[in-house]
Amino acid sequence: MNTNNLKSILMRPEISTFIMFVVIMTGFFIANENFLSARNIRIVMGITPEYIIVAIGIAILMISGEFDLSVGSVFALVPMTMVQLVHQGMPPWVAIALGLSIGIAVGFVNGFITLRFGIPSFIATLGMLYIARSLTTVATGGFPPPFPHELPNELFVFQFEVFRASLFWMLGVAFIAGIMLHRSNLGNWIYSTGGDTAAASSMGIKTNNVKMFCFILCGFLAGFAGMIQTFRIEAPLPSQGYLLELESIAAAVIGGVSLFGGVGTIFGAAIGAILIRFLESGIIMARIDAEWFRAGLGSLIIISVVFNTWVVRRGENMVHKNQAEENENSSQKNNSVTESKDE
Amino acid sequence: MSNENIIECKDLNKYYSGVHALKNLSLKIKKDSVVGLIGDNGAGKSTLIKILSGAHSPDSGHIYFEGNEVKFKSTKEAMNLGIETIYQYSALIPQMSIARNIFIGREQTTFSLGSIGLMKTKSMDKAAMDALNDVELHLRSPDTPVNQLSGGERQGVVIARAMYFKSKVLILDEPTNHLSVKETNKVLRFVEGLKKQGVTSIFITHNLSHVYPIADHLCVMARGEKIADLAKEDTNIDELTDLLVNG
Repeated sequence: MNTNNLKSILMRPEISTFIMFVVIMTGFFIANENFLSARNIRIVMGITPEYIIVAIGIAILMISGEFDLSVGSVFALVPMTMVQLVHQGMPPWVAIALGLSIGIAVGFVNGFITLRFGIPSFIATLGMLYIARSLTTVATGGFPPPFPHELPNELFVFQFEVFRASLFWMLGVAFIAGIMLHRSNLGNWIYSTGGDTAAASSMGIKTNNVKMFCFILCGFLAGFAGMIQTFRIEAPLPSQGYLLELESIAAAVIGGVSLFGGVGTIFGAAIGAILIRFLESGIIMARIDAEWFRAGLGSLIIISVVFNTWVVRRGENMVHKNQAEENENSSQKNNSVTESKDE
Repeated sequence: MSNENIIECKDLNKYYSGVHALKNLSLKIKKDSVVGLIGDNGAGKSTLIKILSGAHSPDSGHIYFEGNEVKFKSTKEAMNLGIETIYQYSALIPQMSIARNIFIGREQTTFSLGSIGLMKTKSMDKAAMDALNDVELHLRSPDTPVNQLSGGERQGVVIARAMYFKSKVLILDEPTNHLSVKETNKVLRFVEGLKKQGVTSIFITHNLSHVYPIADHLCVMARGEKIADLAKEDTNIDELTDLLVNG
């Protein structure tokens, strides 16, 4: 029994990602022991929370069986909206609320187009990637505006001894998302919708509503994370979050989220996002040309998915073997059954 | 088996883009019986069960459940009355655990806001194991993902789920398809067990030899019509085979 439990834990893809994380961290630490110095952790963890928040939104949406390629553009559009509204003389908190509702609105439109017209979310959100990026640039009026210091950015990015305030916001988001996905009945609906939409709806789950919720949540979290980044660098750049959509999907996939829906965890997506940022830092610290980061990331994506698949297969084979043995035992007992199992 | 009808259909008609899929179908199903609904592909069996399960509505005709007329707008409405349908392929989510599958859409929750709440996982796990034991299915753990179960065990989980939620009528759509002989026998035993617990089952199949041993009543369909409706004691396997083949 205990070995079975251990096997089933090791079979979990986010655990193999965690093991990979430890191995890579150790490798970079050996290459340069400053890699795990308080200073470097402070630098990396100062920027990572933003990426984790986006990855959490993407992971939940992917578990429900859909994609969002527009997160990188929303990551720029939402804070740009906030900044421009404050420049128009709007109170900061109203501007923040309106900005975040842009993220919600983009998520809603993504979901509406995908579900209403029955097209792949890949296409609907690819269109939105261009539209939202274009709107961001248009909103600058041709020149990136200065950062208005009325905005309460210290609340989100204040630098403590080692960590920034954004880390605690991220932990809050991860905690709430984790409870929702892993402990609430809504989470059960999300997994079942992504696992097999037809089966879920035959059990009375309103799968379109579930997916719509995930689209909206993903848009909101992408906008929220973009706001934190703009607040941190105190400059609203129209290019912010460029290619972030692919990096977030990469983080989710490295963390064991399935491209086909129904599989994944919040913890896995967070580890995936952290791993990408430490990989970037590690390559620099190891005095490798920074241009190698993308090659490293690409290899990491492929290796982790191949590794996860291998681990899961191995685990399944073990179970099948056990079942086959049990069947054999019981058929020997009965001594009459000649059928063997199909698999 | 009692003499009361749990379901009665009168003159059901259904068209799909010009095709007359169900023609004036009338059917009475007795409480606590096992009804075998047989017919070749395209006979209208699936159309009939989609109507009975609330997935589709008939273009004309009436359905009575326990004597009262019903008009289902969704499968959820039929499920709330106690009619549960087990579809051939899509009844369970393969990656999810047994316990989570049993409670999809009907989770036990606490601290709920509206319809969303925290799942009572411990009590759901225990209830899942009890439900499985009730149908004589002994599996190791409620956390086992369904994709690690055999085909017969999966049907057992689905039947346990229907039992747990006190279904009165269980519609089984080809539950023995793609199963080995041993696994088929398991499923047939589950269905026999249902009768003892006061559940009416409608067993849809094109394989007469699977349903004949356990059915009380057999209903043969062809081309959208009911061509025979016989109690088992009034017929035999040769006559039914003849009806099935020659329609």
